[in-house]
Amino acid sequence: MEYETKIETWNLNLYYGDFLALKNVNIRIPHRNITAIIGPSGCGKSTLLRCFNRMNDLVEHIKVEGKIFIEGQNILVPTTDLIYLRRKVGMVFQRPNVFDLSIYNNLRFGLRIHRMLKNKNDIMQAIENGLEHVGLWKELKDKLRKNARTLSLEQQQRLCIARVLILKPDIILLDEPCSALDPVSTLKIEELLRALRTEYSLVIVTHNMQQAARVSDYTGFLYLGQLVEFGDTDQIFTNPKEKLTENYISGHFG
Amino acid sequence: MLKRTSEFVIEACIKLSGLAVIIFVVAIFIFLLKDALSLFGVHSINDFLFGKKWLPISEPAKFGVIPLLLGSLYVTVGAIVICVPLGVCSAMFIAEVAPSHLKHVLKSLVEILAAIPSVVLGFIGIVWLGPFLRNTLNLSTGMCGLTGSLLLAFMALPTVISISEDALIGVPKAFKEAAFGLGATRWQTLWRIVLPSASSGIIAAVMLGIGRVIGETMVVMMVTGNSPVIPTSLLQPLRTLTATIAGEMGETVAGSEHYFALFAVGLILFIITFIINFIADICLRKARK
Repeated sequence: MEYETKIETWNLNLYYGDFLALKNVNIRIPHRNITAIIGPSGCGKSTLLRCFNRMNDLVEHIKVEGKIFIEGQNILVPTTDLIYLRRKVGMVFQRPNVFDLSIYNNLRFGLRIHRMLKNKNDIMQAIENGLEHVGLWKELKDKLRKNARTLSLEQQQRLCIARVLILKPDIILLDEPCSALDPVSTLKIEELLRALRTEYSLVIVTHNMQQAARVSDYTGFLYLGQLVEFGDTDQIFTNPKEKLTENYISGHFG
Repeated sequence: MLKRTSEFVIEACIKLSGLAVIIFVVAIFIFLLKDALSLFGVHSINDFLFGKKWLPISEPAKFGVIPLLLGSLYVTVGAIVICVPLGVCSAMFIAEVAPSHLKHVLKSLVEILAAIPSVVLGFIGIVWLGPFLRNTLNLSTGMCGLTGSLLLAFMALPTVISISEDALIGVPKAFKEAAFGLGATRWQTLWRIVLPSASSGIIAAVMLGIGRVIGETMVVMMVTGNSPVIPTSLLQPLRTLTATIAGEMGETVAGSEHYFALFAVGLILFIITFIINFIADICLRKARK
């Protein structure tokens, strides 16, 4: 497959204690596209995603071997600036995890910790852009001082995306971003993701195959910690090369 | 049939114990109120509330509560100023920073701290802390407000630490994950996200700490010098509301003016602790949401 690579892993192994959770994963995530990672629960999808911004560092007894290149830099070396890495590789979680703060302060938090934008007007402009981007500005522009936890779940998840966008990342990792949402909200978030793909490289983990088929350009199928197949989404869903992939997407297991 | 009878008996017993608690509280309050209000038949309420002198055995006796109220206020504020930063920081360390084995050791140490009888602390105050403060600060006596504040801070620490720690641990993991995911350091996450989210619980911890300090009797009676004059600084001997009641009750004649005055002091103490506990309760309720 010919595409510009954004993230590339070389022989990635990951151990939880003695358990090998990711086995020799070699994947190339394309630039400015949506890549879905599918697979049955427990197959290591989220674990793989969390390697890309080194969120696994927070879990004890985890050992990672191999290399992960983002724009030519191996982010697994100890000298990696995690603060910068996580600014450039944003993450959206399964349940909307807005802080128990106002909408304004939720968005302000990232700017503050990265010491971006000191000027009040610039900050306001960035917040407006962020909310505009996720389609919340019109609804929320008069309610910026309201506690973010009072919003609907869909609005909260949009706010989480805005909170990431405001830091100007290159890559956005989404860990089952719609699993807490109803079907209508899910479609709306998917629409948003489609709109974002022209500016960002998105990686979405989902156990919902329809979602992967609807939203992504490329799909990787992960099974028991191994990357079974990676390819064009249409090809994976219509003409998979591996028998295992075919069985999974046709619903024989998982 | 038998089952139904036992069910009824058990239910009645439980109901009765519940009612008994309510009746006890109300009875204590009525008792306190009755004797306290008896004072104001013979003594002006203004002289009591705003009087600047507490001279119960002079002729005529003066029962001004201001020196005692200020005594309690000074000691309490002193204790809280020392105890809150120390307690909240310890809670932060135990909840967020300490590795798990150290966490267990620290938690049991805090529990042991809570188990020290106040009279033992008072004893330490008399034989060691008081003289130590007198020598290092060059005071005329070590039996002063500061000695009391330090020991009370020590006494309130376990309360403040364990309740703040609960509040910090109760902050959803998702908040921390979100903050780390945005590139925050551990300190930024703790300071800007975890601490504000735990704020109502921490305020409740502080309030309960204040409640503990203001109601404490033995330590302050032993180390604060027991001089019922309006204090101008924490380095002077003073006397609290509690120490006054404990120290003088044994010398009064039941039914005398002095006796009623001590009840009135008790009523004031009761009202203060009631308000503080009430605020703490509101904060805890807010924190649980």
